Amino acid sequence: MLRLQQVTKRFGDKKAVDGVSAVIPKGQLVGVIGRSGAGKSTLLRMVNRLETVTEGRITCGQINVGTLSGRHLRAWRARCAMIFQQFNLVGRLDVLTNVLIGRSFGVSTGRSLLKLWTDADRTRALAALDRFDMAHLAAQRADTLSGGQQQRVAIARALVQEPDIILADEPVASLDPRNTRLVMDALQAINRELGITVVCNLHSLDLAREYCDRLLGLAAGRLVLDEAPNALSNARARELYGLEAADVVGEPETLPVAAYAMPLGSLSVAPSGVPAQ
Amino acid sequence: MSALPSAIEPARLATLDRGYREAVRARRSRAVLIGLAIVLCTMLSAISAEVEPATLFANIGKFTSYIGRIFVLENGQPVWTRPAEWFWGLEDWLSLLLETVLIAYVGTALGTAGAVVLAFFAAANLSPHPVLRAVTRRWLEFCRTFPELVFALIFVIAFGLGPLPGVLAIAIHSMGALGKLFSEVAENIDLKPVEGVAATGASWPVVVRFGALPQVLPNFVSYTLLRFEINVRGASVMGFVGAGGIGQDLIEAIRKFYYADVSAILVLIIVTVALIDFITERVRHRLGDSGAPA
Ligand SMILES: Nc1ncnc2c1ncn2[C@@H]1O[C@H](COP(=O)(O)OP(=O)(O)OP(=O)(O)O)[C@@H](O)[C@H]1O
Ligand SMILES: [Mg+2]
Repeated sequence: MLRLQQVTKRFGDKKAVDGVSAVIPKGQLVGVIGRSGAGKSTLLRMVNRLETVTEGRITCGQINVGTLSGRHLRAWRARCAMIFQQFNLVGRLDVLTNVLIGRSFGVSTGRSLLKLWTDADRTRALAALDRFDMAHLAAQRADTLSGGQQQRVAIARALVQEPDIILADEPVASLDPRNTRLVMDALQAINRELGITVVCNLHSLDLAREYCDRLLGLAAGRLVLDEAPNALSNARARELYGLEAADVVGEPETLPVAAYAMPLGSLSVAPSGVPAQ
Repeated sequence: MSALPSAIEPARLATLDRGYREAVRARRSRAVLIGLAIVLCTMLSAISAEVEPATLFANIGKFTSYIGRIFVLENGQPVWTRPAEWFWGLEDWLSLLLETVLIAYVGTALGTAGAVVLAFFAAANLSPHPVLRAVTRRWLEFCRTFPELVFALIFVIAFGLGPLPGVLAIAIHSMGALGKLFSEVAENIDLKPVEGVAATGASWPVVVRFGALPQVLPNFVSYTLLRFEINVRGASVMGFVGAGGIGQDLIEAIRKFYYADVSAILVLIIVTVALIDFITERVRHRLGDSGAPA
């Protein structure tokens, strides 16, 4: 069970995440939605501790995530795997090595550096790839794969970590519709079959509604919505997404003209404001 | 014709256009200023270092006459008329040249090994700790501050004559120079793979090994080959201070006015350096085409 208590992240004066509290029980598939800049990525990255926590507490059982360091921090990261929008694979390494990197917490540093993986780890990695029909590409360099394939390799890497939680930061935002399906189905299967908690940032509300058990809505860093997907009305969603609503919410409706006036106005260029390179 | 480009209001267009022109003008006048400053600094430093063109012109005759002299044998004939006599010491010189190349090779290898490790401590984006980073950077600076010959001289005093001081001197200087270059390469990598590996709970060396090293390796190899060529040249004068290689014969020939020997040894050095330049260039291009395996 993952517990967020008044979690806040400040970048300088700016609050990227502002007093978010939520309890995420084991095995849930949670969607985090909100417009661009709402703080979704920052929230997930704090859970994995790619960002530090400015205020508040993130706990999981007895573990206080915010204060972890050294080996304890690495153990926690191994327990909550991360999946990124840009896949974050090592392009110059082959697919299997990329997946095996997911085992590195459990392997001694010396063995990892020399790529002396055990047969058991190799088997795990191949099995994880095979789960997503990717095992035949094991020897190929990761940067030669399509985006959808790369994301499935990233999910396999997360899976061999044998995590309790998978944090996915807009995993399908760079993918076409077919690959979006494949990747979301994979995440859902992991959640349903292995009971791994999945917290997934999504830009598309349709996807969030279709796949998630529960939706958390962020606006300007604050948690403004926490409900079951079918309870969320289009009107509230539109409120959450504001100007982006037309892209995000299923049926397009004409927005009030006034809504367009703001971004145009903010584009005006004062001559003194032109940056001299 | 599309309607889009002309859809902009004339007044707004004028404003944008004016902004752009002003920015370009500012950039151009700054370039001129920088150019003037460089010329001025060159003149000032030449004056303060007492670089006098007059002296150069007055003595240029001596220089050319020396060059002329080294291409003449004892009997007064040009060297190329009797190659066997010119290269009378070929066997010794070749073995000294081999020693020179080996000094450069071992020195480069040791220096590179140190530089690879230290570069990741010195890179702002990867360093495990700011204090460690600062210490590493100072150390690298120290290593490349003095010319190799200064280190060689110190090591000769410490370890005695022979190739060992030469190897150490080259290793230390290469570590400083390459460490700096490597850390700059590392600072320009894509951090996404690094985050990807770190997020799995991998330890710092593993994060660097898998997240960073594959990205920097081709550049590291390229810079190392370049450094090897520089080090062969450096190693050929190590003998001046007794630190091994062809330099000891060269300095002896110069001091004792064995004119023809000077030219013979210089020719051998030039050919060797050119050969190594040619080979390393080839290898570097190959790497550029295919990328090094990680
Ligand atoms: N490293 C940082 N330094 C300074 N500000 C940051 C940093 N990272 C994020 N921010 C700011 O924090 C706010 C939240 O960013 P975040 O990336 O979490 O948003 P997001 O909801 O993931 O948006 P998107 O949908 O565009 O990915 C933004 O205003 C962003 O500019
Ligand atoms: Mg984001």
